Amino acid sequence: MNDLALYIHIPFCARKCRYCDFLSFADRSHLTGRYIDQLGREIGDSAGDLAGRRVSSIYIGGGTPSLLPAGMIGDLMGIVRSEYDVADDAEISIEVNPGSADGDKLARYREYGVNRLSIGLQSAHDHELEVLGRIHTVADFEETFRAARETGFDNINIDLISAIPGQTTGTWRDTLEYVCGLGPEHISAYSLQLEEGTYFDEHRDEYDWVDEDTDRDMYHLTASLLGQAGYDRYEISNYARPGRACRHNTVYWRGGDYIGFGIGAASCADGVRFKNTDSIEEYLRGIRCVESIPLTEADMMAEYMFLGLRMTAGISKTGFSEKFGRPVTDVYAHQLEECIRDRLILDEGDVYRLTGRGLDISNYVFAKFL
Amino acid sequence: MDQQHIRNFCIVAHIDHGKSTLADRIIEATGLLTSREMQEQVLDNMDLERERGITIKSQAVRTVYKARNGEEYIFNLIDTPGHVDFNYEVSRSLAACDGAILVVDAAQGIEAQTLANVYLALDHDLDVFPVINKIDLPSADPDRVKDEIEDCIGIEAQDAPLISAKQGIGIDEVLEAIVEKIPAPQGDPDAPLKALIFDSVYDSYKGVIIFCRIREGRVRKGTRIRMMATGACEEVVEVGFFGAGAYNPCEELSAGMVGYITASIKNVKMTRVGDTVTDDDRPCAEPLPGYKKVNSMVYCGMYPADGAKYPDLRDALEKLQLNDASLNYEPETSIALGFGFRCGFLGLLHLEIIQERLEREYNLDLVTTAPGVVYRVHKTDGEVIELTNPSNLPEANLIDYMEEPVVSAEIMVNGEFIGSIMQLCQERRGRYISTEYIESTRALLKYELPLNEIIYDFFDALKSRSRGYASFDYEFKGYEKAELVKLDILINREEVDALSFIVHADSAYERGRKMCVKLKDEIPRHLFEIPIQAAVGGKIIARETVKAMRKDVLAKCYGGDITRKKKLLEKQKEGKKRMRQIGTVEVPQAAFMSVLKLDDE
Repeated sequence: MNDLALYIHIPFCARKCRYCDFLSFADRSHLTGRYIDQLGREIGDSAGDLAGRRVSSIYIGGGTPSLLPAGMIGDLMGIVRSEYDVADDAEISIEVNPGSADGDKLARYREYGVNRLSIGLQSAHDHELEVLGRIHTVADFEETFRAARETGFDNINIDLISAIPGQTTGTWRDTLEYVCGLGPEHISAYSLQLEEGTYFDEHRDEYDWVDEDTDRDMYHLTASLLGQAGYDRYEISNYARPGRACRHNTVYWRGGDYIGFGIGAASCADGVRFKNTDSIEEYLRGIRCVESIPLTEADMMAEYMFLGLRMTAGISKTGFSEKFGRPVTDVYAHQLEECIRDRLILDEGDVYRLTGRGLDISNYVFAKFL
Repeated sequence: MDQQHIRNFCIVAHIDHGKSTLADRIIEATGLLTSREMQEQVLDNMDLERERGITIKSQAVRTVYKARNGEEYIFNLIDTPGHVDFNYEVSRSLAACDGAILVVDAAQGIEAQTLANVYLALDHDLDVFPVINKIDLPSADPDRVKDEIEDCIGIEAQDAPLISAKQGIGIDEVLEAIVEKIPAPQGDPDAPLKALIFDSVYDSYKGVIIFCRIREGRVRKGTRIRMMATGACEEVVEVGFFGAGAYNPCEELSAGMVGYITASIKNVKMTRVGDTVTDDDRPCAEPLPGYKKVNSMVYCGMYPADGAKYPDLRDALEKLQLNDASLNYEPETSIALGFGFRCGFLGLLHLEIIQERLEREYNLDLVTTAPGVVYRVHKTDGEVIELTNPSNLPEANLIDYMEEPVVSAEIMVNGEFIGSIMQLCQERRGRYISTEYIESTRALLKYELPLNEIIYDFFDALKSRSRGYASFDYEFKGYEKAELVKLDILINREEVDALSFIVHADSAYERGRKMCVKLKDEIPRHLFEIPIQAAVGGKIIARETVKAMRKDVLAKCYGGDITRKKKLLEKQKEGKKRMRQIGTVEVPQAAFMSVLKLDDE
């Protein structure tokens, strides 16, 4: 039986960032108590079929989980531990926003077994933070980061965003150098995407957007600077010191089983995909899963390819054959041949992996495998 | 009813001066319909017409009017299209009348189409009397307009009824004036049948319904009729007159009357507007004068966006042609666009109407190529080709010279805009003929213009350079020699046949450059760099480059909601399928359409 990864969604924020299309609200904090109750119930009810499965990672994301009183996180962790077999060495992460968690709160997290923090910095320039609609300054972040180290967290991720309107390659370099100077174990560096329905999307004409070529220059700068600083690019947008890749996210990309709790959360276990309701009102009335889709073999093969290829380690040929009972070249001969010809994919022994160019235009590659 | 009690007339006006509204009022006031039964505008019964506020096909209606003298009169009101594309149809409708009401807007006065239509009416020996409409407008100036009519057209206007068709003011006066000023028809009912076809429509039950004016003789059920130009012969099934929106059968139509004939004819092509209907057993000696076959003036390629819809497009065109003999089409194949049709139209408005009907009524997604006119290519071996598709242009060394169609245009404009309008005509290779002042402030400019210079956006340019005041009318003049070249577009060094067009040598560079810029914006980045080039005779005259794709990535992919990410990728893949493949380049449909609107900026 495979290990499980658990995801817990906390959809509350102090303010919605302008780029954010995640399921989160800045105006529902009055529902927090009832929501956490429901979450607890959902976790409690879920274990039935999955009882006895070992849990190797837990990720508390949002939203801004660090907005909640620490005790609520403690309660949830208690319920998880009473229902599931959480491995001793499980990776337990929580997302933290600068300014919303002090040393005390962080210390409590450690007591509950949380051993990894993901802190959203995004930029080391205050004016860029303002453009993004963030509620904190660079100084706020630094305070949180130092508090985390003092509390004893030795596995910290910092989130960054490039291609912010008005950003230059120079200011982006500042951000990268600043973060390297702090020496976190993990860095996620995303290129800003305009998502439908966000503030940026609705006001797109008011901003000076970074053009495609500059965007790529920034991205390439990210890879080279972080590489020099000892971070290994292990996924399109993720960098880590050796051995510090995020185990939880790796489960998504490697087709492992995971269960999500809370509104909008997705799960995938034993070949079936589930999705919870997006409506907090429905959720509070006890409605949870609203969609369940059994995966066909074709679905699973496509996902194996387009999720696996996100990892710079690529996909394993024997891994594919073992999982699906036939060689990958039987299924995707044509696509692989084309991509290798166009220098988007490398064929290296047991592995197919994206080239640098392939990473830049990975959607183009992935679409071929659908 | 004897001829003395029949009035056959039409209404002529510039667009928007209130022709259809007056027609509605006349129909209402003559009591054939209650207000409730009336559609908003009875004569325009196609949805599209109502939306665009224009009349596409001429139609007729018969009403009964009880005059102040106590006698009943039959009014046959024949509606005419107001747009220059349909000039020939207008002329045939006029030929079915004995008189015309000239409607002039009390505020705007005489416009280019007023003149064009009134001259057309006078050419057909119609008695024309004016009415001045929209007198309820604050800016109405009926006295000035009366003077304008007298000075400019030379018809008596001092006692013209002052009306507001919209408000129903002055309609009685108009009705009396119809009785008094429009002559009763003449013609010998015992002579051999001689009837003018002024319209025909296809009805799935009755077959073709011929709209006609009986000049001489009579026709009834059982008469064996012959169309003198097309030679088609059939036995009459039914004759009748036009109610509002209904066909009312009757015993017989005789000289002076307006009505319809059905005879199990399957195709409107057999009943061409302007043709003469006669009795096959007792034919008249001569047909009525003035028949001509209408030729298409503007051509373009029409292709289904989805190649599998080709049979649907063919069926739709077939159906539209049943009712529109002036629509021509023949199958053609484009390397870029696949199977489609080269379609011929009376003008650009006609083209737009057909395109819209195909899209709306037949639910077709179309890709059209740039509209062009019919060029005459004189080859060195003496052969003359009528060129409707630029791709068929012979090699340069086989061409002696080329000719293009030229029109005589009349533009009515306020004094202050004369300069900018003349400049526009100059830019469009116009040849100045004359300026006539109608009043001190308004002038009629006459120009000769190449048709291909006005089919794109001339009308819009005219409006924008005169703040909407200029009005415009034209008629075909003839063919003239011109320096014409074929402009080709190459995408990644492959010629795209669907984007080729004929252009005057002097504007080739400018057009080519604009095409390249437009296409550069429309074609998505590919894995490789794509040159977009414009060429004349194999020589490159403009170039743009679509740079190679550098970014196409979902930076963020976690949270486990794989389904959503997958949908994004699927959408991307679907988008690719809808593109046209030019060599190794995928070109969106929109790119083909975007080059039709080069002159927007």
